[in-house]
Amino acid sequence: MAEIIQEEKEGGKKKAKKHAPHIDMTPMVDLMCLLITFFMLTTAFSKAKVMEIVLPEKIKDKNVDPPKISASRTLNIILGPDGKIFWYPGTVKAEDYNNLPPLQETDFSATGIRQMLLERNRALFKKIADFNDQVITGKISGLSQDSVQGAIRQLKKDDDTGPIVLVKAYKKANYGNFVDILDEMNICGIARYTFVDIAWYEEKMVETASGIASTVQAPTK
Amino acid sequence: MPKIKLPTKSPHIDMTPMVDLFSVVLTFLMLTTTMRQQEPAPVDTPYSISEKPTPDFNTMTLLLSTDDRVFLNLDNGPDTLLKFRPKVLAEMGKRYNIEFTDGELREFEKYPASMGVPILKMKEFLAAKDAKEKSVFQTGIPIDSADNQLALWILFTRQVNPNVQACIKGDSKTGFPIVKKVLDILQDKNVNRFNLITSLEAAKINLEEIQK
Repeated sequence: MAEIIQEEKEGGKKKAKKHAPHIDMTPMVDLMCLLITFFMLTTAFSKAKVMEIVLPEKIKDKNVDPPKISASRTLNIILGPDGKIFWYPGTVKAEDYNNLPPLQETDFSATGIRQMLLERNRALFKKIADFNDQVITGKISGLSQDSVQGAIRQLKKDDDTGPIVLVKAYKKANYGNFVDILDEMNICGIARYTFVDIAWYEEKMVETASGIASTVQAPTK
Repeated sequence: MPKIKLPTKSPHIDMTPMVDLFSVVLTFLMLTTTMRQQEPAPVDTPYSISEKPTPDFNTMTLLLSTDDRVFLNLDNGPDTLLKFRPKVLAEMGKRYNIEFTDGELREFEKYPASMGVPILKMKEFLAAKDAKEKSVFQTGIPIDSADNQLALWILFTRQVNPNVQACIKGDSKTGFPIVKKVLDILQDKNVNRFNLITSLEAAKINLEEIQK
């Protein structure tokens, strides 16, 4: 800037010289600073993301039985109080309430629930990871984002070895746990999972496992 | 020791590049900004790996606060002429024999944030002047079975806008019973697909570790 002014002097353009070229820009800068600060603070930069979940339709007709699933593949995960997770495989019958199986306790760390799920879902998870690898390295090319998702969905649909996870929540669990466990399902690529109501004997199992005084009674017939 | 002679003339700093830069940043911010909505209750959403963005239109967002209040937010639809919000409010008014004036409907249409007002207090809520006065009425939408206003809101919203998607926005510390209740109400109204609003968090899994 200084040099330009110098040149102008030498060039002898007198009109440019008459008006002082220095405009005090400080107020303008002040104002701009304020506006920028305001916009920076009010802007929501990253849009919130959504996680989709589809719950099984409620059976309102009492004559219709809920769909049967194989007990050997069933894995029950119960969200307990204080971010604890309890799980047991298979099913428990309500009649055995005096002799309930113990619950396994784990947590939301990478070596906790995630490892447990991945161990059981290894075959499918490997398939999905291999497929993703092939897409990234270009061995499979020309797929749109949608068809990649579709292919992964198909892989999940065809899977018949992974666990069927039933997520349940004890009443002292919180919403964060609920989202976390569904997130773990997505991370581990579990093909079949859903959220179901907790049964009274399962509440009892949680209470025994975490040492809370029992609040549930067997329903009297 | 000789004194260093300071220049007496005040130094002129050329602020033009700075102003240029500020203008660019300001323009960028002004164009990209989407105003952060002031929610009636502070909510810290949990994290997930999901990368699906929140839909812009056709949503009904249920806000669950840590103190077990339930709020509802609707949008006016992809075209502001559709005026979904006032239509839903008018339906609600009809159900409870409350006549809302045009001014009140317009006020409700423009109200940007979630609302958690019992319908009987709605008129006072809409008449309140500023956010502070309004927040007094935000006691949460009643959801108990005796007077399940949330169920009616959901019902009328779906009647007015059949394409609406249910979004749930909860604090990580919101107790589960309230979440369960809201999910039950939604399922009673045959809404089985939910969008849980979360913030993005990257999760990495070590593949070799699993293959061991």
